[in-house]
Amino acid sequence: MGSVTEQVLQQIVNGLSLGSIYALVALGYTMVYGIIKLINFAHGDVMMVGAYAGWFATTTLHMSFIPALLIAMTVSAILGVLIERIAYKPLRNATRIASLITAIGVSFFLEYGGMLVVSPQMRTYPPVFPDTIYNVGGIIIKYGDIVMIVTSIVLMVLLHGIVKYTKIGKAMRAVSFDTEAALLMGINVNNTISATFAIGSALAAAAGVLMGVYFNTINPLMGIIPGLKAFVAAVLGGIGIIPGAMVGGFFLGLTESFVSGLGASTWRDAVAFLILILVLIVKPSGLFGKNIREKV
Amino acid sequence: MRKLFSVATVALLSLSLVTGCGATGGQKSAEVIKVGGNLELSGGAAAFGQYAEKAIKLAFEQQNAKGGVLGKKLEYVSSDNKSDPGESTVASTKLATQDKVVAILGPMTSGNTLAAVQVVTDSKVPLITPTGTSDSVTFENGKVKPWIFRACFIDPFQGQVAANFASDTLKAKKAALFIDQKGDYSKGLATSFEDNFKKSGGEVVATEQYVAGSDLDFRATLVRIKAANPDVVFVPGYYQEVGLIVKQAREMGMKQVFLGGDGWGSPQLVDVAGAAALENTYYVNHGAMDDPGMAQFIKDFQGKYNSEPDTFAALGYDTANLLIKALENAGSTEPEKLRSALETMKGFQGISGELNVDPATHNPVKSAAILQFKEGKSVFMTKVNPK
Repeated sequence: MGSVTEQVLQQIVNGLSLGSIYALVALGYTMVYGIIKLINFAHGDVMMVGAYAGWFATTTLHMSFIPALLIAMTVSAILGVLIERIAYKPLRNATRIASLITAIGVSFFLEYGGMLVVSPQMRTYPPVFPDTIYNVGGIIIKYGDIVMIVTSIVLMVLLHGIVKYTKIGKAMRAVSFDTEAALLMGINVNNTISATFAIGSALAAAAGVLMGVYFNTINPLMGIIPGLKAFVAAVLGGIGIIPGAMVGGFFLGLTESFVSGLGASTWRDAVAFLILILVLIVKPSGLFGKNIREKV
Repeated sequence: MRKLFSVATVALLSLSLVTGCGATGGQKSAEVIKVGGNLELSGGAAAFGQYAEKAIKLAFEQQNAKGGVLGKKLEYVSSDNKSDPGESTVASTKLATQDKVVAILGPMTSGNTLAAVQVVTDSKVPLITPTGTSDSVTFENGKVKPWIFRACFIDPFQGQVAANFASDTLKAKKAALFIDQKGDYSKGLATSFEDNFKKSGGEVVATEQYVAGSDLDFRATLVRIKAANPDVVFVPGYYQEVGLIVKQAREMGMKQVFLGGDGWGSPQLVDVAGAAALENTYYVNHGAMDDPGMAQFIKDFQGKYNSEPDTFAALGYDTANLLIKALENAGSTEPEKLRSALETMKGFQGISGELNVDPATHNPVKSAAILQFKEGKSVFMTKVNPK
């Protein structure tokens, strides 16, 4: 029967649009880890702030999708830099666990500070996209699905371009490779790290706006679960490796979609974290990770 | 050492006895009657609790303007349970032991009410939940919970009304269930829907689950429900998830009737799902806002808050007035007298209908309404009386 293939293809579409969100958030995790070896647990909450900035732009300022997206990305980029300068920079030479705990603290600060400022009530995005639905041979594709996948792919290509071909991208790669050597070569390490936070946070904000528009609801705690999932995606692809985060995100989205499609929707989150555990056991450096020999 | 310890314990215990007496004595002479509200003011069910609290405050204000109860003014003490069972226990403990309230109103959801049962039973404070509809809230294992009351009908009745509506009015033969895996409320409704739907010759073709509070994307599961091709989909959840489920289902081209319970009763459902997606959906509720009996309340509520009340506000209002009536009948704020006044309540005229408490189960006997969404508004369809 054709309906089985139809169901499978539908799950692929669902998985890709879900996965593009994970991928965008995972990029921020991976970039920050790549450069200062910090798991920035506040990253999901930066996404939440981005979603609220976008919501404010579309409701109060009556903006359309692209300007709202740019505003949200700018707000989150500034927030990301501020967090780095205030909370993480003083701890750059402290133990790793100290910065990790600080990251968790920043995360709670954003979540519950957010509750205080915007109230814990959920908000709904106004309809930003047309409700057009394309029916391709029984497979339903929403206008929103296409925007989501296209926006994330455009942003990923843009990021790739920045990292590969610009001066700041070269600096980022140098700092990530060896911070002290980069410093000796005259690279401004502080600015490079700030730029990394800005770019990562802007990508998270884009994911937040897309999520808000797509699912129509936002609340101050919305960043927790996607944040954790994106972390799984980043580890899956090999944390610190940019293409790995993209692949990890899409892989996780598709897996979740298929687990639900098989009728085990309540096991979906369990499967996501089971994958994390398996990756950590079998290939701790992730799918794209190379085993780096420890320098002595 | 051990002797010293036991002496100290005895001393402490007797001290607490003395202060305990002192507090009760103080309360008697106090000028006000304190009533606690353990409500969902934030979190997933915040819309229910916030509206109910406004209505409770309104009811108390109106009563105080008439001179209060038993010659004393009513004072409302608010406490937020954050839509979380753990916080509900904390809030009840605070209200019962620190604020020394004579009764607690709330919580709105069954799960949060169940979490408060032990605390209020131990401290002998009657609790009335406006909308805790799960069977086990007042009655479990053949025994009534002496200190727990409610102002609403129960889930089995709600599920029965929905099932009969599906098979008799909608002529549905095949139903799918989409249940919140963590919710006592959702599971209770689904069970009674399934039993009653099967009794009238229907068939349940799919049973799927979701996790309220963390799931946003229901499409993967909806693909499965769609493939089972039901006539009607029963979603006994709360507005936030229901809104997303109905919206995503319509986007996927599912044209089936969606049915639900009182958890749908919030204007935010329309914000999330959109008016168009809600066409051809129905839900069971405690009353309808376009019922003429509600008119005065709606006017008063709008006058005070400048916003439209919903059915949760109406039940909050009924709950507050039920307590006031019970205090008047008891003629005292003593826990035991208040408790028996609530237990023997007969012929209470609430705005959501007449209410009689069944002393054996503490369940009120009252009617249910079926509402339909039309252009983003819930419209009263029919009233169903208990059998």
